[in-house]
Amino acid sequence: MSTLTEAPPPLAPAESAKKPPRKRGRFTPYWLLLPGILWLVVFFALPMIYQASTSVQTGSLEQGYKVTWHFVTYWNALSEYWPQFLRSVFYAAAATLLCLALGYPLAYLIAFRAGRWKNLIMILVIAPFFTSFLIRTLAWKTILADNGPVVHTLNSLHILDLTNWLGWTAGDRVLATPLAVVCGLTYNFLPFMILPLYTSLERIDGRLHEAAGDLYAKPWTTFRKVTFPLSMPGVISGTLLTFIPAAGDYVNAELLGSTDTRMIGNVIQTQFLRILDYPTAAALSFILMAAILAMVTIYIRRAGTEDLV
Amino acid sequence: MPLVTWFKRHLVVIAGLLTLAYLLLPNVIVTVFSFNKPKGRFNYQWQQFSTDAWKDPCGVADMCGSLSISLQIAVWATVGATVLGTMIAFALVRYRFRARGAINSLIFLPMAMPEVVMAASLLTLFLNMGAQLGFMTILIAHIMFCLSFVVTAVKARVMSMDPRLEEAARDLYAGPVQTFLRVTLPIAAPGIAAGALLSFALSFDDFIITNFNAGSTVTFPMFVWGSAQRGTPVQINVIGTAMFLVAVLFVLVSMFITNRRNSQKA
Repeated sequence: MSTLTEAPPPLAPAESAKKPPRKRGRFTPYWLLLPGILWLVVFFALPMIYQASTSVQTGSLEQGYKVTWHFVTYWNALSEYWPQFLRSVFYAAAATLLCLALGYPLAYLIAFRAGRWKNLIMILVIAPFFTSFLIRTLAWKTILADNGPVVHTLNSLHILDLTNWLGWTAGDRVLATPLAVVCGLTYNFLPFMILPLYTSLERIDGRLHEAAGDLYAKPWTTFRKVTFPLSMPGVISGTLLTFIPAAGDYVNAELLGSTDTRMIGNVIQTQFLRILDYPTAAALSFILMAAILAMVTIYIRRAGTEDLV
Repeated sequence: MPLVTWFKRHLVVIAGLLTLAYLLLPNVIVTVFSFNKPKGRFNYQWQQFSTDAWKDPCGVADMCGSLSISLQIAVWATVGATVLGTMIAFALVRYRFRARGAINSLIFLPMAMPEVVMAASLLTLFLNMGAQLGFMTILIAHIMFCLSFVVTAVKARVMSMDPRLEEAARDLYAGPVQTFLRVTLPIAAPGIAAGALLSFALSFDDFIITNFNAGSTVTFPMFVWGSAQRGTPVQINVIGTAMFLVAVLFVLVSMFITNRRNSQKA
């Protein structure tokens, strides 16, 4: 994302400042913006307002809803569904960390080590995007199946004993456990981590590595003191791009999990589409949005990159 | 070289390739299981090699219909989002005006919002308006979330463009329309193409927002979702494999064309 937010080349503003704007063009930007911005206002911003209003309504589907400033809905929603909220944050954070750990070597490989294989590896990272992600997520059911090779291997290495003890898996199976859901989340959002990491790594001048080597830095020190700090913009946008969608996802929890692994997205989906309790559903989705915005703001402040957006 | 030293030296490469394997494993499974002949309704266990599904990809009721609906929506969403997004991107890069900051955040927010929140809020809007859920509401939603991605892709390209090229065109007596068509548009084209491609992929693959706003219309991802409960036909894997192959082929061809063009220039 950071490539897309770079400052314009210094030439452009200077040039345009020199020339007085042509009169004919005074309203041009507004005409260019109008249709698209209108679309976003009507179908993105306005719905948020409708949602806010729905969350403080009472009534029923048959008799209609009225705004009654019934804030108790929020309290009820939170006190009933806080486990799902916590679980969502926890799963999303675990998936994000795993994505970072798995994605960094691959991004590094593409940026510095791939040579003439670079384009091919890039294609292999992006192409799975075009196979429906639902189909690919369903494939994990086959991979993690109870009698499948993954479960057998984990079992014979006694890793399952450990994960059972940690509560990540249950009773010698991986499917329908937290481990399966986190594995699916990690898999689905991994490209969103790899691409920003790659863009920021790609921009690092290779000579800096040589300089570090000349100053007797060991490879690990070079990585810790030079490469990683310089790749921070990629790390930040990558973690955001994985954490946010992962926290709201309900597909992985539904397809690979069980009732014990329901995330807040599953609750919102059920409330909206099956139970048809619109005020509660709207309140839940509002809380999710606020929580994520708050976390993201704190994180960006902490990470110290305000020029990200 | 001792094994440990070799392993240490190539640690990054090994780890990277393992991640790549993790990324591609489901695709391999999808491809392999497109040649399966399952016993029951579910295609999760290997039974027997068969090419039946490949010979008759539309043999499942309603699947190809949903595929065609998804394709139509993806095409229209791509057209809509690309046109609107390109206009916004040009306005943002080329002009200074008030409310630029507000517009930038309005464009950034949809990308930073969990899909389920956007999906749910759109549904409350449609319910309040009494809109009939279906093809049109899906299309509206898809254009909305693709728009931001097009703007960012085109913006990046237009920003790195040298304004002197257009000045040169004007100095050579090209009119505004001519300058735009012969100079500006060709230079911005890769950005616009990237935005359009991304829109197509995002729209074609979207499930969460569609699930909320589709009414009784069934897109391909919704068909897959439904079949996950009822039993997945092998044909779904055939379509998945075909989509992967088409994507790889498409990228290879476009790379081949750019390479040739570059070598012609040189």
